[in-house]
Amino acid sequence: MKLKQLSLFVENKPGSLSGPCRALAAAGVNLVTFSIADSQEFGIFRFIVREWEKALDLLEKGGWVAKVTDVVAVEVPDQPGGLAGILEILEKAGLNVEYMYAFTLKRNDKGVLVFRFDDPDAALRVLRAGGISVVGSAELEVRLRPSR
Amino acid sequence: MTSSHDPVGSFHPASAPDYLPLAQLRDLQLRRLKAIVRRAYERVGLFRERMQAKGLTPDSLKGLEDLAKLPFTEKSDLRDTYPFGLFASPMEEVVRLHASSGTTGKPIVVAYTREDLDVWSSVMVRSFAACGLHQGDVIQNAYGYGLFTGGLGAHYGAEALGATVIPISGGNTQRQLMVMQDFGVTALCCTPSYFLHLLDRAEEFGVDFRKLRLRVGVFGAEPWTEAMRRRIQADSPIKAYDIYGLSEIIGPGVAMECRCQSGPHIFEDHFYPEIIHLKTGQPCAPGEEGELVLTTLSKNAMPMIRYRTHDITALADDPCPCGRTLRRIVRIARRSDDMIILRGVNVYPSQIEGVLLAVEGTLPHYQIILTRKQDLDEMEVEVEVTPEVFSDKVGAMEQLQKRIGSALESTIGIRATIRLVQPRTLQRSEGKAKRVIDRRNLQ
Repeated sequence: MKLKQLSLFVENKPGSLSGPCRALAAAGVNLVTFSIADSQEFGIFRFIVREWEKALDLLEKGGWVAKVTDVVAVEVPDQPGGLAGILEILEKAGLNVEYMYAFTLKRNDKGVLVFRFDDPDAALRVLRAGGISVVGSAELEVRLRPSR
Repeated sequence: MTSSHDPVGSFHPASAPDYLPLAQLRDLQLRRLKAIVRRAYERVGLFRERMQAKGLTPDSLKGLEDLAKLPFTEKSDLRDTYPFGLFASPMEEVVRLHASSGTTGKPIVVAYTREDLDVWSSVMVRSFAACGLHQGDVIQNAYGYGLFTGGLGAHYGAEALGATVIPISGGNTQRQLMVMQDFGVTALCCTPSYFLHLLDRAEEFGVDFRKLRLRVGVFGAEPWTEAMRRRIQADSPIKAYDIYGLSEIIGPGVAMECRCQSGPHIFEDHFYPEIIHLKTGQPCAPGEEGELVLTTLSKNAMPMIRYRTHDITALADDPCPCGRTLRRIVRIARRSDDMIILRGVNVYPSQIEGVLLAVEGTLPHYQIILTRKQDLDEMEVEVEVTPEVFSDKVGAMEQLQKRIGSALESTIGIRATIRLVQPRTLQRSEGKAKRVIDRRNLQ
């Protein structure tokens, strides 16, 4: 039920981001969603793709330093209070959120948020107990198929 | 009170040995050399082993030219015998210990007996006298006080000279300028780059160097060029003198410029100089450039026989108008090893490596970039990110940067900027990697 996220060290200078993106494009890898965290001198480019092993391999061969992290994609009601409700469940369980960002996908009235937890397995248990839906890789595949 | 700069120059009795007729000087040197070699042979194990390995004894030294047969001493010898392995006096006779940075985490320890301190004081008196300072001068000593030999070395010499000494040590630019102005300072001891920094910031604090009584700068602890001297003397009313020294030999006071400012005169009645070919170790021809090797002629606690300084220079023995018979070192502007001198502090790339290895557990590719901002040396260390240390969390990466920065500061005493860079962006090379890019352009 966890998703694989790739993260890349990006130096704060022109070309740092376009290099890896071009390499992924050349290999036919499409970015599903991403976020960039920045500090003064560098950024960390976090992204989700379907063929993460292929992406990791080509990035490493290209000389970039990439890391794989387990993240949890949580379904969130697309309305005021949607996120607050989820956060309350997490807080009550004492779960720490390292960072999060949104998926560009949406279905019906639900958005999807990517959460990075220190303990993703504990988070999965808490979310399930709270009746929150989580989008795993199989479900992700289904949603990525072009709708007719 | 005479001005500290009358043209005739004041003569200090301690300076008498500066003017010894050459025959007498060489006689004195040979006598002292024989005694020090015997002392080191009898009391310092490492030196005796090396002599015996070459089939030599103290009696092998018949003339000054025989010194070339004796084994060298290297900085690594001091490191390897840390802390007291090269001492020739029992600890009860050692009244002072100083230390300077070595190539690894451990400092290099040097020792002095009461007599050694007196010699040090006397060569410092001769140094100050050589540039025209005397009792009545007000000397601001901005060299660092502590384990570093600069502060206390200059201090005791200035005091013995009879001057009014201000032990201000380094740092706090505003206070330096205030003291210089309010205390009527006539001479300043510091690194040349720090002086330029003071000049830059003077206006900010309402200090006009043209209105001060400051007339002399005794600058050392880092190499500096003629161009820098011209600049200092153009931008301020002072005369800038080059003082040379190193802790392993005694500290500051090994050599000092006279008012002719044509290279420091070596106090060779105490420090015998040789110039050798870097590769072969053979003596150079007179006037030829090579590595400076020094032998202490009167040190009790820690005699140094043929110590390789790694400074590249030449000896000038043409007569100096000042009348001193002591040979001069041609200005030292570069080193033969990869040691960097940053704000007067010795730094080795291997120290940086040691820190990276300790913090990261691996040794990433790195590069040291030296720049000069507002006349102060700055160091930036670029470190390539490796898979082992890369984290998806910005905080972890920033923590890493901070850890490297503090470990470096506690190792070398300088705060450097740490920049994490993308892998494979730093120069690779076959053989010795170019670890240091020096953009300070000592012009």
